[in-house]
Amino acid sequence: MGSRASTLLREEEIEEIKKETGFSHSQITRLYSRFTSLDKGENGTLSREDFQRIPELAINPLGDRIINAFFPEGEDQVNFRGFMRTLAHFRPIEDNEKNKDPIASEPLNSRSNKLLFAFRLYDLDRDDKISRDELLQVLRMMVGVNISDEQLGSIADRTIQEADQNGDNSISFNEFIKVGNVYILYIDIDIDI
Amino acid sequence: MEDFNPFDNLLCILLGISFTVWFTLLLVFIIVPAIFGVSFGIRQLYMKTLLKIFEWATHRIERGAKDNNHLLYKPYSNGDGSNRDLDHASEFEMSDIFYFCRQGVESIMDDEVTKRFSAEELESWNLLTRSNYNFQHISLRLTVLWGLGVVIRYGFLLPLRVTLAFTGVGLLVVLTSIIGFLPNGRMKNFLSEQVHLMCYRICVRALTAIITYHDSENKPKNGGICVANHTSPIDVIILASDGCYAMVGQIHGGLMGVIQKSMVKACPHIWFERSEVKDRHLVAKRLSDHVEDKTKLPILIFPEGTCINNTSVMMFKKGSFEIGSTVYPVAIKYDPRFGDAFWNSSQFGMVNYLLRMMSSWAIVCSVWYLPPMTREEGEDAVQFANRVKAAIARQGGLVDLLWDGGLKRGKVKDTFKEEQQKLYSKMLVGTQEDRSRS
Repeated sequence: MGSRASTLLREEEIEEIKKETGFSHSQITRLYSRFTSLDKGENGTLSREDFQRIPELAINPLGDRIINAFFPEGEDQVNFRGFMRTLAHFRPIEDNEKNKDPIASEPLNSRSNKLLFAFRLYDLDRDDKISRDELLQVLRMMVGVNISDEQLGSIADRTIQEADQNGDNSISFNEFIKVGNVYILYIDIDIDI
Repeated sequence: MEDFNPFDNLLCILLGISFTVWFTLLLVFIIVPAIFGVSFGIRQLYMKTLLKIFEWATHRIERGAKDNNHLLYKPYSNGDGSNRDLDHASEFEMSDIFYFCRQGVESIMDDEVTKRFSAEELESWNLLTRSNYNFQHISLRLTVLWGLGVVIRYGFLLPLRVTLAFTGVGLLVVLTSIIGFLPNGRMKNFLSEQVHLMCYRICVRALTAIITYHDSENKPKNGGICVANHTSPIDVIILASDGCYAMVGQIHGGLMGVIQKSMVKACPHIWFERSEVKDRHLVAKRLSDHVEDKTKLPILIFPEGTCINNTSVMMFKKGSFEIGSTVYPVAIKYDPRFGDAFWNSSQFGMVNYLLRMMSSWAIVCSVWYLPPMTREEGEDAVQFANRVKAAIARQGGLVDLLWDGGLKRGKVKDTFKEEQQKLYSKMLVGTQEDRSRS
């Protein structure tokens, strides 16, 4: 009877995703419906083109980097689990999660995992440091053609100077935490169901 | 041997009688009223009954869901995204990406545009599984009701409607061809109008379309252009059954082409060859020639250029607004509770779509004729188009979007991204200039 979600989500899967990501049952079904509506090929996975079809994402200067973050190393398709795992980073930290047992595995939306997600938007080659070039690349994406190379270069230099503490002219994850920690919760998205 | 004959005769007689009864009923209750434009009110009664049943069905689902401790998802509307304060000049911070990142992921979770190209989500269930994602086996009664619905829709309504559709279209082709032989003049125009109206009314009944027309005093007049928002090819039938218009479009092959060619024999419609469609000057010339001739009917145009899902109005293409004649805006709003009229042409072909329409319960819609508008001094075509679009959106209760309907198939223009980059750069560069001064 022609329904869009040809493979409905099973209860066990929903439970697993709930445990892994912390989303509620209704949020998961909602996002599953969104996932299937983006999946034009109807094969249960999303490709980069499926994401690029969202106009508001296509005009986002960091659109390509954000899309990249959904795909595991070297892969071109992401399934629903992977989709949810990435989205989980944007879930706000709830009060009852704040004082959890630190030995238990860290939730995907912990402060430090959020920071790691943002760090990886800069650190394309995954060498755990943001080099001057990587910083310049992201800057260039955000300003387009409106700022000259020299000006951009000096902005990059100033930024590294302020953040770099061990003098290797690049920004490590710990150094990134220090500059980003205050604002990181800004990426939280409130899904109102 | 002899035993069989009386039974055979009986069978034939029974069949004969039932066919006669069937066709008489059809004729009396549907076709004759269509010819004269009167109504028995049967469809209104039908609509009220259906609504009561739907309410009960939704109630049952909600109760069932509560018992099973699930929440039904409701249509998700985007909260107001807080805008980062880009007016204040500030320096680049590494955390600046957090803003773009969040915007990006928010649009992945839900965005204003792609949902316009897929069918609207309903809050109540209208017993069609094609429009419901919450349907699971809640109760026997509900499933039985749904099953009954299937039988009625496919076994009774669909054949009835298909018969009517063939009748309507057949009559249109035959009668307009006949009228084509008459000499041009008032008689021909009068007859052509009557024939068109009659056939469209039959088609309206073939879809069980229950239409409410508002503000008919603003109906489009000769020499004007009627613009309306576009949801499906049915829009044409809905408008043309209440007034006579000159249609504009591309010549198709097959059945459509036959219909188009015979229609144009009775009165002047504007059909373009495929090659001519690209030539904007040619199109504009033909339209303005038509409009200048006051004996010709008002032109009907859908400026969005494609079918939108009836929750919003997208960017109007400016071509029709450049011609300089009076524009008569019309807003069409479908009631989604009875059946989704939106044609997602990437999902269904035309025939498939029509079958779906004819196997829905009904198509209920409202048509508002808005007061005529003309281009004002100092207003260019784009501004005029936007003004008309806003009026239509406001009347129909639709969201007025700046986005282009072309996004259904094509990519968004890079200029939008460049705008964002420009804004962000302004914020950064402002600082640099200040610094160099101090």
